[in-house]
Amino acid sequence: MTDGWLLARALRSPDSTRALDAAGWTDLLAIARAEQMIGTLAYRLEPVAKPPAVARILDDARASADHGRTLALWEAEAARRVLAPLGIRLVLLKGTAFVAADLMAGQGRSIGDLDILVPHASLDAVEAALLGAGWEWVKPDPYDDAYYRQWMHELPPLIHRDRDRMIDVHHTILPLTARITPDAAALLDGTIEVAPGLWTLSLADMIVHAAAHLFADGDLAGGMRNLWDVDRLCREFGEGQPDFYAAVCDRARHHGLLAQVERAFRLCARLYATPLTIDLARRRSDTLYLRRLTARDGWGRATRAVTRQAFYIRSHYLRMPPAMLARHLWTKWRKGGAGPSAG
Amino acid sequence: MTLYRACRVETLAIAWLDDFTVVYHRPSGITHLLTAPAPEILAALGEAGMTLPDLHARLAASFELGDADGGGLPARIAELVAAGLVEPV
Amino acid sequence: MRHAFSVRIGPVGFRVGSDWRAPIAQLADLYAGYPAPQDGVPDFTVRLFAARPWRRVVRPSVMIGGDYVLPEAAPLPLAQGLLAAEMGMNLQMALGQRRYLLLHASAVERDGRALLMTGQSGAGKSTLAALLSRRGWRLMGDEFALLDPATGLVHAFPRLVSLKNQAIGVVERAAPEARFGPLLAGTPKGDIRHLVPDAAAVAAMDRPARPALLLFPSFGFDPAERVVPPSEAFVRLTQASTNYVALGERGFDALTGLVQAIPARAIDYPDTDSAIAQVEAAWAAS
Repeated sequence: MTDGWLLARALRSPDSTRALDAAGWTDLLAIARAEQMIGTLAYRLEPVAKPPAVARILDDARASADHGRTLALWEAEAARRVLAPLGIRLVLLKGTAFVAADLMAGQGRSIGDLDILVPHASLDAVEAALLGAGWEWVKPDPYDDAYYRQWMHELPPLIHRDRDRMIDVHHTILPLTARITPDAAALLDGTIEVAPGLWTLSLADMIVHAAAHLFADGDLAGGMRNLWDVDRLCREFGEGQPDFYAAVCDRARHHGLLAQVERAFRLCARLYATPLTIDLARRRSDTLYLRRLTARDGWGRATRAVTRQAFYIRSHYLRMPPAMLARHLWTKWRKGGAGPSAG
Repeated sequence: MTLYRACRVETLAIAWLDDFTVVYHRPSGITHLLTAPAPEILAALGEAGMTLPDLHARLAASFELGDADGGGLPARIAELVAAGLVEPV
Repeated sequence: MRHAFSVRIGPVGFRVGSDWRAPIAQLADLYAGYPAPQDGVPDFTVRLFAARPWRRVVRPSVMIGGDYVLPEAAPLPLAQGLLAAEMGMNLQMALGQRRYLLLHASAVERDGRALLMTGQSGAGKSTLAALLSRRGWRLMGDEFALLDPATGLVHAFPRLVSLKNQAIGVVERAAPEARFGPLLAGTPKGDIRHLVPDAAAVAAMDRPARPALLLFPSFGFDPAERVVPPSEAFVRLTQASTNYVALGERGFDALTGLVQAIPARAIDYPDTDSAIAQVEAAWAAS
């Protein structure tokens, strides 16, 4: 049966796509789009011979990703211009960080919102400065707003009124409801300047953040892309560095996220053949995670609804104590539209 | 006093359509439709940067300004800053 | 999916999958003269599916999905499944097309030169394109004109012509020999009936044309005509393009180039006969 493994195989060994027939290519493109990895795939398959129709589609995907990169960097620049007078450095997270630092993980990557990290004590000043420079609240929903401010690791999302782009202002990398409390001060202390006025987390913290986001926060949505980020970071910085993985694990332990980072490494190795230089014993649950991560058919549809729902509930459980979870799911369900969609 | 600096000329693609200057700003991917005196302000500011009074003096020397006291200039500059075409430094 | 159909319209290949047979059978019938996607690999996937498994049979309603989706898209009754498929294909173009600058315009061709007609819904661009295609013009498309930034040429996209409300009768009377799809009554856009582009339009759909004239028709006014300056044409076309921003500088170059290269006119018309005469006059003068 066709599933996300088709995409994983194409990404890890582009030459394997030579064996694809028209139906195989069609499925691959649909899955890559659904996982928001079509730009990544396009870059990855650049040197490989492809049918002309496929080459055309992937050329367009590459141009589109390049344009997305431009827009993402401009959002970063716009935020830099707002924070600079406050004396707050602009620390970029996720996709925008990868392209600002010109990392392999950023090649072709789709980038949605601008995610930044600021000191908790600066939140109010940053919020006021953004509101004064054209950003507005996305939706004034009293429940969501109260929820965000009380429990989340970020301000409620803001959107720029002219450019229509969202910014997520984080003060740490996990919600306050999660039982794990990463060392936010250490994250900020470790940042590096990758371009004038643009900062990213340290390499190890970037990996820790990707793993935290995937396993301790999200419901594994976008997991194939997140793990690809981790794989690329490991290959770019781990090669010829025998201590690389151990150093990242040390850093993860410091943040209380060792289990998440180890799991990310194990799943990366299985999905993308990441060349780990540490021994990590397989866990039986890894197979369940992989089933969820690759639950996508050749039409780009989400499959394995039962597995998905399990991870959705689990992701809330991870973030919130049980009584809060019940209250939250109740509020969400009453308003309709909880859980992953069937479409 | 605040210096205002225009974006570099090579970051712009420009087309002149009747009374309008249509500008594509490559770093942002945004198209701007400019009318006088915005293109003149960008040209006068340059990349070196200039204070508002200097800018007013420069424009007054080169063009007939609509408002002799330069009262509209801060507003025009604010628009260009919001558009990302001018940066206060 | 249970039922599937693939087709190439102009340079763009589509794959439509459906939980039901009927919409696929209608597509296969109406697009019978069209080729398959190049190399068998479509550019875009459209999915017509039931919101819940039992809604496939109980009061079946068609959700529109695909590579690109609008979260707020409302489902349609199964009787309007053909419309859902067409909307799904349009949606992929509107949100996903990155090769051609997409102009929300109808296009007809004569002597290798293209006439583009753009305007709000109800301006009559589909009707005019359909009528002109019965008078010696080649129909290139009634919804999207595909402007190639690399060449400045317009590519045809002759999907089924979507006729609404009074336009259905007007075209049925003007083209009694033409093939039409089923009458879809009471859709969110009123009554809709699809006109199958004639064989010549399909046979020539791989031949692009050089844009020569841009018209902004408006229906329901006394006959009038005025020149549209390039700046106004530019602004109106950016608003009539769903992917101008996404194409970046290529879109800017293509569109500023177009409005500088060809004349643009707004024409007001009281009825289709006047419109045809006004269009022919504007064409002769261009």
